[in-house]
Amino acid sequence: MNIVVCVKQIPDPATPGSLDASTNALKREGKLILDESDGYGVEMALQLAAAAGGGDVSIVSMAPNGETSGMRTALAMGASKGVLVSDPSLAGSDALTTAKVLAGAIRTMGSVDLVIAATESSDGYTGTVPEQLAEVLGLPSVTFAKKVEVSGSTLKADRQTESGYDEVECPLPALISVTAGVVEPRYPSFKGIMAAKSKPIETKTAADVGVTAGGWGGAGQKIVTVAQAEARKAGEIVEDDGNAAAKIVSYLENLKVI
Amino acid sequence: MALNSIWVFAQAANGAPTPGTLELLTKARALTSNVAAFVGGDAGPIAASLGDHGATTVYATGDLAGRLPGPAVSAAMKAVIDGGSAPDAIFFPQNYEGRDIMARLSVKLDRTVLTNSIDVAHTADGTVATTPIFGGNVLVTTAFTGAGPHLVSFRPKSFAAESSGGAAATVVAAPVPDTGATGAAKVLGVHVEQSSGPKLDEADVVVSGGRGLGEAGKYQLVEDLAGLLKGAAGASRAIVDAGWVPYSYQVGQTGKVVKPNVYIAAGISGATQHMVGMKGSKNIIAINKDKEAPIFGVADLGIVGDVHKVLPQLIEALKGR
Repeated sequence: MNIVVCVKQIPDPATPGSLDASTNALKREGKLILDESDGYGVEMALQLAAAAGGGDVSIVSMAPNGETSGMRTALAMGASKGVLVSDPSLAGSDALTTAKVLAGAIRTMGSVDLVIAATESSDGYTGTVPEQLAEVLGLPSVTFAKKVEVSGSTLKADRQTESGYDEVECPLPALISVTAGVVEPRYPSFKGIMAAKSKPIETKTAADVGVTAGGWGGAGQKIVTVAQAEARKAGEIVEDDGNAAAKIVSYLENLKVI
Repeated sequence: MALNSIWVFAQAANGAPTPGTLELLTKARALTSNVAAFVGGDAGPIAASLGDHGATTVYATGDLAGRLPGPAVSAAMKAVIDGGSAPDAIFFPQNYEGRDIMARLSVKLDRTVLTNSIDVAHTADGTVATTPIFGGNVLVTTAFTGAGPHLVSFRPKSFAAESSGGAAATVVAAPVPDTGATGAAKVLGVHVEQSSGPKLDEADVVVSGGRGLGEAGKYQLVEDLAGLLKGAAGASRAIVDAGWVPYSYQVGQTGKVVKPNVYIAAGISGATQHMVGMKGSKNIIAINKDKEAPIFGVADLGIVGDVHKVLPQLIEALKGR
């Protein structure tokens, strides 16, 4: 079974985000890391390929400046190769363009049985790319999957809903987006990290994947204003001296909650 | 371009429109008198309520017969648009169905999307939507630069639902055309996770637990306290990812947005991811042993203490009342 996992390389979430003063875009400079949400998809792919008795797990990403450090993490986990689309013309691209770019890249990767993505990225979190990607590729999809099994050419998944979950069956080829916690991502081994250094990552331009109107111009949207939200005032902070519970009770009484 | 006609993707639960649906209809009718609801299913039981919140027309696909809403409802919308009834904007709730339908439709129409919005307006810049970023500390307003329909999704509780006193909406059939391979996924079974007490995003009191609880078994303290306060139990992403509680408990940027009267955060440090989902609460009580925890920056009452001591004491005190 051939599986492609879409991964995003993002600024380290531990460092506060900031906007570029001239474009109002999220700054994505410095070292990028593999979005934590994508570890689940990579792990899921490795497990499904193993369960199917073999197959290839590849990764695809779109990033500025030829950045591959996050992709190396996925390769260290066990993916075999990657395709990166990196092109200055794609800076400022919206989710729809991102989906078109990923679709174009996936089309260059031969026969694919399953495409896996996270439900949304941790930095931009537009949250539509997986389903847009499925539509561009003309594939059925099971989004927000929290349990996935493949038997032959049929995929079965539990899909998160507002009130619980649906059991969904879908023929391959297909796309799934997986929720955090669907599997426990493995830590790359030292051997895996060393091996990842020599695994192939093919870098492509926007034109290579057939996207000519990406970036700010093709986004169909522009940022008009950026403003500070009204800050919430901090209240009373007390150290627990054994009376904290009583303090909370009287606070709730004042609000007439109890 | 103007914002003369708006569709709202409408959802129903237990025979009534969802609160989010009524919120979006209320906002839509403040922008234009030409508001339609688009239902993925049968409209009959909810047409009156949709009309009472501003919809004059209800497009209904009829029973989806096990098809997933993403491909099916977007195809039905595309068919109505191709038939000459394109709206200027379509509003979606920021949830599973809303996101999937909007995403599929955006490709079919080749239109961009603006998601996670909390407000929308028509200004000199055209249709503009406001989105909170960086944990809600910064508000970004973005304009659509291309032709409509403009596709926007909104976080829950962005607007207050109000009745308009309108008559029942006219129901128009909008059948799902052949979706080919894209519609090949089928729902085999529907599972409703029963939770006692009010729903997380509708509860008056929410008690959430985080990593500070230490272990999965201690989450029971959060459930017990929520039960005593007739509230709902929630969770930070950290303990959802750790598998302590299901995703449906998650409060935050990628979970549910809650705005209860009282929010109690137990053992939650206050990562941006979490704060986005709860800082709109009226009164916030935080219990955390780290006095530097960011959650204390938004707390009305902050207790620097051990949740393993404070929660049992609080539960005992409430039981004794």
